[in-house]
Amino acid sequence: MSLDKTGIAKRIAQEVQDGMYVNLGIGIPTLVANYLPKGIEVELQSENGLLGMGPFPFEGEEDADLINAGKQTITTLPGSVFFDSAMSFGMIRGQKVDLTILGAMEVSENGDIANWKVPGKMVKGMGGAMDLVASAKNIIVAMQHCDKAGNSKLLPSCTLPLTGVKCVKKIVSDLGVFEVKDGAFHLLEVAPGVTVEEVKAKTAGKLIVSDNVKEIVF
Amino acid sequence: MPINKVVKNAEEACKDIKDGNTILLGGFGLCGIPENCISQLVKMNLTNLTCVSNNAGVDDFGLGLLLQKKQIKKMISSYVGENAEFERQMLSGELEVDLIPQGTLATRCLAAGYGMPAIYTPAGVGTEVAEGKEVRNFNGKDYLMEYAFDADFAIVKAWKGDTKGNLIFRATSRNFNPLMAMAGKITIAEVEELVEPGQLDPDAIHLPGIYVHRIFQGMDYEKRIEQRTVRAKA
Repeated sequence: MSLDKTGIAKRIAQEVQDGMYVNLGIGIPTLVANYLPKGIEVELQSENGLLGMGPFPFEGEEDADLINAGKQTITTLPGSVFFDSAMSFGMIRGQKVDLTILGAMEVSENGDIANWKVPGKMVKGMGGAMDLVASAKNIIVAMQHCDKAGNSKLLPSCTLPLTGVKCVKKIVSDLGVFEVKDGAFHLLEVAPGVTVEEVKAKTAGKLIVSDNVKEIVF
Repeated sequence: MPINKVVKNAEEACKDIKDGNTILLGGFGLCGIPENCISQLVKMNLTNLTCVSNNAGVDDFGLGLLLQKKQIKKMISSYVGENAEFERQMLSGELEVDLIPQGTLATRCLAAGYGMPAIYTPAGVGTEVAEGKEVRNFNGKDYLMEYAFDADFAIVKAWKGDTKGNLIFRATSRNFNPLMAMAGKITIAEVEELVEPGQLDPDAIHLPGIYVHRIFQGMDYEKRIEQRTVRAKA
């Protein structure tokens, strides 16, 4: 069984360590906050100007002045802090944010990422994604391994317009966990019930299967 | 004579904005947008505007109101996903759109406010954003040169302000507001609460009034929420 969105989020949550400053992108990455390991403390950075993002508010307690980068109403936590957008991207560019988790449409074997534009379709813009991928120390990508037609999205080189080059360090797809280094996808773990053969068949880019591929454990 | 930047209302604040001007507008989504001045720009029927704003509002609120009346010639934004009329005008070629990384947008404002002509940023290196731009290598990493904004007006929204133009913002409605305020040749601030000098703690002021040319107390703030998201009570 390949992982569903929740499964991908749960596996990525295992990568988050105590004391980290983390920026979560929209979609599956946002779900990661729900599955962080017990007993650890992390600070979530929202690039519209908040460090220490809390959960959604209770009904009736929404505050129009308090939203996250997905424009959802949120709350603060003890020790939260607000700042302007330049400082927000200053802490991103200055590599103060330890971990960036975001979605992708394509990743190439050398770590290029495409996630903002599909030619011929309405272009919504890159938002903060280009700033994040250009500067982050550690980027983990949450993505579907193949598109709806079954074509691999882990490619020798991206076909879509790029968001950033040589920046992705790790991928958690519905099929497994991959380290991206030395011009290849290194398979570290497979989703429960997924075979190495299936991953090989569905990965168009250069794939290196590590000696001891494990099954993902939750 | 004491410094007093107070104008009566949005009408007086915006009176000399002209067709074809470039305007920086604060806000992130619908959070912290200058609602009063946007309504005034609609009322003035200005055309051919170049608007610099992180987003373009929604169909019936924020900058969407200016788009509806085809008052905007060019939008410079980082993300514009929430607006059908925007999409229609962009695809038909009626609206020129320059999409730039969000941090680049913020820092180009900062540069203008700090008197610096340009910045170097890694955002967009190796992508189509880099096309035609100077690339320079510092310590082994490539950076793009991006120019400071040169805008006729900046229009921002603050929570509190005093008659000298000192501003305090609230929560995440701060976003681009202080940066754009610094970057305008003429900066207009609308505030929810206008107070006398001395009523704001000097240590708590986010933007010094030297950057603000006109200030007024806004009215009838709708403060619309774009994505109302709540959790169930346990």
